Amino acid sequence: MKFSTLLRHIREGALNIVRNGWMSFASIGSIVVSLSILGVFLLLALNVNKLTEQIESQVQIRVFLQLNTEQQQIDEMHNVIGNMEDVSQVTFVSREEGLEILRENLGEDGQDLLEGFDETNNPLPDSFTVEVVNPEEISFVAKKIKAAGEAASPNPLMSVKYGQGTVESLFKVTTAVRNIGLVLVLALGVTAMFLISNTIKMTIFARRREISIMKLVGATNHFIRWPFFIEGALLGIIGSAVSVSILLFGYGQLVQVSQLELGLMMIQLVTLEESGLLVGSLLLGLGTLIGIWGSTISVRKYLKV
Amino acid sequence: MIEMQDIWKTYADGTHALRGVSVLIDRNEFVYLVGPSGAGKSTFMKLIYREEVPTKGQLSVNGFNIGKLKQRKIPYVRRNIGVIFQDYRLLPKLSAYENIAFAMEVIEAPKRLIKKRTMEVLDLVGLKHKHASLPAQLSGGEQQRIAIARAIVNNPSVIVADEPTGNLDPETSWEIMNLLEEINFRGTTIVMATHNKEIVNTMRKRVIAIEDGLIARDQARGEYGYEI
Ligand SMILES: Nc1ncnc2c1ncn2[C@@H]1O[C@H](COP(=O)(O)OP(=O)(O)OP(=O)(O)O)[C@@H](O)[C@H]1O
Ligand SMILES: [Mg+2]
Repeated sequence: MKFSTLLRHIREGALNIVRNGWMSFASIGSIVVSLSILGVFLLLALNVNKLTEQIESQVQIRVFLQLNTEQQQIDEMHNVIGNMEDVSQVTFVSREEGLEILRENLGEDGQDLLEGFDETNNPLPDSFTVEVVNPEEISFVAKKIKAAGEAASPNPLMSVKYGQGTVESLFKVTTAVRNIGLVLVLALGVTAMFLISNTIKMTIFARRREISIMKLVGATNHFIRWPFFIEGALLGIIGSAVSVSILLFGYGQLVQVSQLELGLMMIQLVTLEESGLLVGSLLLGLGTLIGIWGSTISVRKYLKV
Repeated sequence: MIEMQDIWKTYADGTHALRGVSVLIDRNEFVYLVGPSGAGKSTFMKLIYREEVPTKGQLSVNGFNIGKLKQRKIPYVRRNIGVIFQDYRLLPKLSAYENIAFAMEVIEAPKRLIKKRTMEVLDLVGLKHKHASLPAQLSGGEQQRIAIARAIVNNPSVIVADEPTGNLDPETSWEIMNLLEEINFRGTTIVMATHNKEIVNTMRKRVIAIEDGLIARDQARGEYGYEI
């Protein structure tokens, strides 16, 4: 296509948007609404992801050994667990170290509770701290460790524990956010697409005289169709640009305002720099796609040659 | 050149508009299509510019087999055919100049050429001075001249005119006929459907009479042949 022709198509497409007035406004509005909701879910998902990662990096399996287990058996167990595929690291925590750690974690308020315990009457068993490669496999790995213990005789393991609840419910939240987001986006995307296709249909009807003369004097189908695709794409681009601006501006404010308070809770939101490019390009791309999709439907249906 | 061999056209509702028409129209001919209302004249012309497809038979226009024409080739065949209607069909928001230039723009003619050629045909139809007028500001005859200018601006080898004087008074009709004769003289084939007895009888060109979807008469220097 010649450059001047492309310019003409873009000019025609843009003019049609102006000519369609309210209908264009409604299409752009619906794109803004649907993409903004998508954006909110996207940011939510990004943040839940990050939170999950933060927590996941802290999830470990704690393997408690029977009291009085022999050193040889402890070493064997250490090896068996260390050789498991999904295990990234095993650390032996002696009962003395365990007591130290417990003291630290309980803080000042907890000191009283541990008053009077020392090496001689330490109630804690020796233990392993196991880190897994893939946090979703954590319960699987825990089971494997348990089985390994049962295979040995006598069973050197007292119990195998991990933050079952937290991790699993976080995965549930992530999945839920993803699914609800997907359904919403699909429904809203289809609505926006439908509105755009309706706008394009209006353009086609408003310009049917022009189109019939174009056909009569021998304009190609491509030439006749291009302005309508461009109109749809432009509607999508304008709508998504507006929604990206609103969203990123709003999110930037949110990050700033909440920084101090969330920081106190050790929670960190995904920064604007981290999310901006992804959210921006995704919404812009999607908006354009919805626009072109909408116009394609009407062009196919109403621009028979 | 237009060649029809046993052309049938049956519309979707079962109307047989043409029922076996065979005819040969040579390069540079001027042909009148006459016949009663509903005889099939407009259908005959629509087949030529591929607005309709023949139901049966062979039709070739400028060497293209119209019945078997691929969709994407249709535009290129139409560029070689100018079409004129009774109701002018100008775009109301475009000026006279823009209406003509439009026909060149949409087939992506070079910009320089568009201006030159549009002014040329405006001159040919005698309306250079009205180039900036909107259709609503022009008389019927002037609008038809602009429509003719638009039809010839891409240098078609055939002009198809469906009752081009149908809405015009006798004097204006003659001006249009003189213009069409001039265009024919310059080398363009013209096929024109008309109910205007006076024009047909005065001009004495080839006359093809269609009645009830069949060719009833085909005379070299014919007459209208019907009472009005
Ligand atoms: N699109 C269509 N669908 C169905 N029937 C049609 C269609 N167009 C034309 N016809 C019918 O085909 C026949 C021929 O119509 P056509 O328009 O070719 O006649 P015509 O000779 O041009 O008449 P007129 O002198 O009144 O313009 C008529 O019976 C008409 O009703
Ligand atoms: Mg007719």
